[in-house]
Amino acid sequence: MGSRASTLLRDEEIEEIKKETGFSHSQITRLYSRFTSLDKGENGTLSREDFQRIPELAINPLGDRIINAFFPEGEDQVNFRGFMRTLAHFRPIEDNEKSKDQNGPEPLNSRSNKLHFAFRLYDLDKDDKISRDELLQVLRMMVGVNISDEQLGSIADRTIQEADQDGDSAISFAEFVKVLEKVDVEQKMSIRFLH
Amino acid sequence: MEELGSVAARVGVVWLVLVFALVVLPSALGISLGISEAYMWVLVKTLEWATIRIEKGVKKPQPQMLKSPAANGIIERDETPMEKEIEHLHRVEFEFSDIFYFCRKGFEAIVEDEVTQRFSSEELVSWNLLTRTNVNFHYISLRLTVVWVIGVIVRYCLLLPLRFTLATIGITSMIVGTTMVGQLPNSSVKDYLSEVVHLTCSRILVRALSGTIHYHNKENKPQKGGICVANHTSPIDVIMLTNDGCYAMVGQVHGGLMGVIQSATVKACPHVWFERSEIKDRHLVTKRLREHVADKSKLPILIFPEGTCINNTSVMMFKKGSFEIGGTIYPVAIKYDPQFGDAFWNSSKYNIVSYLLRIMTSWAIVCNVWYLPPMVRKEGEDAVQFANRVKSAIAHQGGLTELPWDGGLKRAKVKDTFKEEQQKNYSKMLVRNGSIGSLSTGTESD
Repeated sequence: MGSRASTLLRDEEIEEIKKETGFSHSQITRLYSRFTSLDKGENGTLSREDFQRIPELAINPLGDRIINAFFPEGEDQVNFRGFMRTLAHFRPIEDNEKSKDQNGPEPLNSRSNKLHFAFRLYDLDKDDKISRDELLQVLRMMVGVNISDEQLGSIADRTIQEADQDGDSAISFAEFVKVLEKVDVEQKMSIRFLH
Repeated sequence: MEELGSVAARVGVVWLVLVFALVVLPSALGISLGISEAYMWVLVKTLEWATIRIEKGVKKPQPQMLKSPAANGIIERDETPMEKEIEHLHRVEFEFSDIFYFCRKGFEAIVEDEVTQRFSSEELVSWNLLTRTNVNFHYISLRLTVVWVIGVIVRYCLLLPLRFTLATIGITSMIVGTTMVGQLPNSSVKDYLSEVVHLTCSRILVRALSGTIHYHNKENKPQKGGICVANHTSPIDVIMLTNDGCYAMVGQVHGGLMGVIQSATVKACPHVWFERSEIKDRHLVTKRLREHVADKSKLPILIFPEGTCINNTSVMMFKKGSFEIGGTIYPVAIKYDPQFGDAFWNSSKYNIVSYLLRIMTSWAIVCNVWYLPPMVRKEGEDAVQFANRVKSAIAHQGGLTELPWDGGLKRAKVKDTFKEEQQKNYSKMLVRNGSIGSLSTGTESD
């Protein structure tokens, strides 16, 4: 319920999250309210089950990969801070952020961070390379039973071949960035958050 | 000590006499003394005043409150269909960027989704002076705080005991009345008396909730031998509808107080109660309902085809069972005014008693009931299509969002077939885009 949501979130906390993620004050309070309504265990953290309870996410072919992105290695709970950090990748890049000086840490919603986020969805074993096998697994999640192993294998081979520059039959982050260089990542990997 | 006792007894008697004279008698006779109208008038004025105060008070210290009418949502969804979205990126085949679409959809669902929010209380734009709504509004100004405190006193010390007394009287007379009527042999006199008891008791119970109900298009009221289907927000929906006419209820046998009421009422009126084991047997359910509908002298059946309580902002999937029976369907739309109190029963969070306590300590239950023109299944239309047509009509009339999702998702997980559907769509696109067709030609894009 709304009242519980905003009483538990301290102002200092909001300030810190604001700095870290770039979300506005009202966006943070609204997302906190969302966070608490997803938190069925009412313990201030979300579990994988809490995410899976969202039907629209549960039917997403990449749902499990997306949910996984919220959980750091070996953890099975995410708090509000971590939740916001992951969400921040999908914040659109605003005009005033483009011209920002390069001194500070790179914002979570930069083009490079958005790409990195996508890269990690493919990189199942987290070795900073997308192998043919990893690509196949992700493709399988997306197509289900509708395409044969053989056909899918060819797609994977071709995709790797096209993107692989150093001939190791795997895609590094640099190669990944190169392949997607012409794609409007800023727009495709953003959600229109209301102010 | 004795004196204290006799004083208490006298207060109790006066209280009961007042309750009887001012509420029970008028409601039994179906007349109104204008007390509830006056109460509603005061309430509306107070809430209007509070809204203005809040707007004034909020402007400076906490601007984000005014800017965030919670009802407006967090994001604006991108509704571009997958085909367009991904094709757009494609030159010929699969690309790494294909996952962007699924990612964004996934994140949109995490931030805001159509389904789960329907299973928790609707958030209000303005505070209605109840503790449990919205942000900590009661710290805005001293005057608001004072009004809120007065409100708490009125709600808990005056309204709650009054409503509790009324509810007790209503439920007791329902049980006693129907049991007595149930002793009579089946005849038109019995049916008539049964209706009188049901109507009277539901009028008393509506007053126990300070209910104000507006019925629209009464000419479409459900007729005998028909099936009335309505959207479902709470068990009190039944009282809201019975207040204007009797129905034969269909449902599962409950335990406790509900069970006692059920077994008493079924003696007087042909309700259809199923044992837990029976309800799973769809054929049995359909058969019993068909028998009921076939008898044109029996009261219309009342069914809530959503199968679960929704927070009154949307109508979810109608289960097709009720639409397979045949006969005339009388759709009814029920829309509560959330400003005066939240009628939604969040059954996964509150049990029935604490839910009723919340209702009885709210300001009032105000609701609109629309009787829609009767509908019959068209030729060539299957039960699912018919169910959807009725659902649309109800959603449209009640100003509710129409959702294709199954209300059963409140407790159950979504079926795998929905995910398979998505995978199928994507696969089709891969094929169409030529990845697979052009396999033999190798890497022409090198």
